[in-house]
Amino acid sequence: MNNVTGTNIARFILLLLIQVIICNHINFLGYINPYIYIIFIFLYPVKDERLLFLFISFLLGLLVDLFSDSGGVHAAAAVSLAYARPLILKSSFGMLYEHQSIKFNATEIGILISYITIGTILHHLILFSLEVFNVSEILLILKKTLFSSIFTIILSVLIIILFSRNRK
Amino acid sequence: MQQIFNFVIRNKTFLLFLLLLSIALTLTIQSHSYHKSKFINSANVLTGGVYGTMNSVDQYFNLKTENDILAEENRILREQLLNSSVVKDSSFIDTTYQKSKYRVTTAEVYKNSYSLTNNYLTLNKGKNDGVKQDFGVITSNGIIGIIDNTSKNYSRTLSILNHKSQINAQLKSSNHIGSLTWNGKSPVFVQLEDVSQFAPIKEGDTIVTGGESSIFPKGIGIGTIDSFKTDISGDTYTIEVRLFNDMTNVGTVYILENLDSNEINSLENKSDE
Repeated sequence: MNNVTGTNIARFILLLLIQVIICNHINFLGYINPYIYIIFIFLYPVKDERLLFLFISFLLGLLVDLFSDSGGVHAAAAVSLAYARPLILKSSFGMLYEHQSIKFNATEIGILISYITIGTILHHLILFSLEVFNVSEILLILKKTLFSSIFTIILSVLIIILFSRNRK
Repeated sequence: MQQIFNFVIRNKTFLLFLLLLSIALTLTIQSHSYHKSKFINSANVLTGGVYGTMNSVDQYFNLKTENDILAEENRILREQLLNSSVVKDSSFIDTTYQKSKYRVTTAEVYKNSYSLTNNYLTLNKGKNDGVKQDFGVITSNGIIGIIDNTSKNYSRTLSILNHKSQINAQLKSSNHIGSLTWNGKSPVFVQLEDVSQFAPIKEGDTIVTGGESSIFPKGIGIGTIDSFKTDISGDTYTIEVRLFNDMTNVGTVYILENLDSNEINSLENKSDE
């Protein structure tokens, strides 16, 4: 248990620092940035208390906001993703989720990708809708969501595969 | 009563979610109104410290460009000094006439963003250095923005690449004024709106800051006219301005304090009554 908590705390801090120091300043093609801090929300232990999980996700989003001067958009997107996670888990993992026996280290790559894709698109859509905050710019919102999502998904999947120990 | 408690306990996850989401939305909405984003901004000890450490590493990679910019600026200053119109050998020097109106502070940019819809810069000078809200920020090329929040050692600048930014500007060739806004599309262009249709506009003309606001002195460079079109109403021009500054590469900036701003503001408030 302690080991898991320690890993999560380290992951929290590391992902936050990588996000604000490196990923917020990539600006690929002018405006495309990956938001990889949501890996923390993806990989948070499934069995843990949901209230704590919601709160930690909120805190993570708020810290990213603090660094990027964006009001509360990351906090809102992160907490929504955390709240919707059981649904996304159910739709991607199916039976495994019912039995509470998901191990992110040892899932099939296809399932992992579908899980991350749904989550990322949800998160980014909320994020950019709130950031642009203007319904008439819906094309801009969709464009940003699409391209940033692609970037985030590729990076997230690579990072998860690279850092999972038990994969054969 | 029992039922209320039961309801709360049963739906505690959803209620916490609603609470956190509404906090986040409140912060978001507040951040869209100028001068209200007090709590969530990057001018504080934690974020300033992290960005400061990062900047001290980052600086070394930009030393060469930074040197070039400084050398170029030195050249311009030297030129102005040599061509200055003040007659040096006169026996009478009117010192009161040369009283400076602006105090200039140099600052390092710790964080710069230009790809969001509302962009800010974090600078390494704050209240301890006498920097306050509504001071202007420029570089040797032109304007950057206006200070909108300060902490002890850091300050946050509302970039001209921000929906909230509205700066008084005018044509260099005539005194027709307009307000400078940004449509969020490209960090290279800003828009000058509400320019009178009688203004003589040519592509390539220079746009400078107007003297109407007490934040910037008159005549600081902004950019050149790239294209222009008449408004829907047909009364005014909207001008696409190509910025002098490369907003994606800002290292050292100057913070301007107008020493007369209190006097000007109190005078203007008086006439409102």
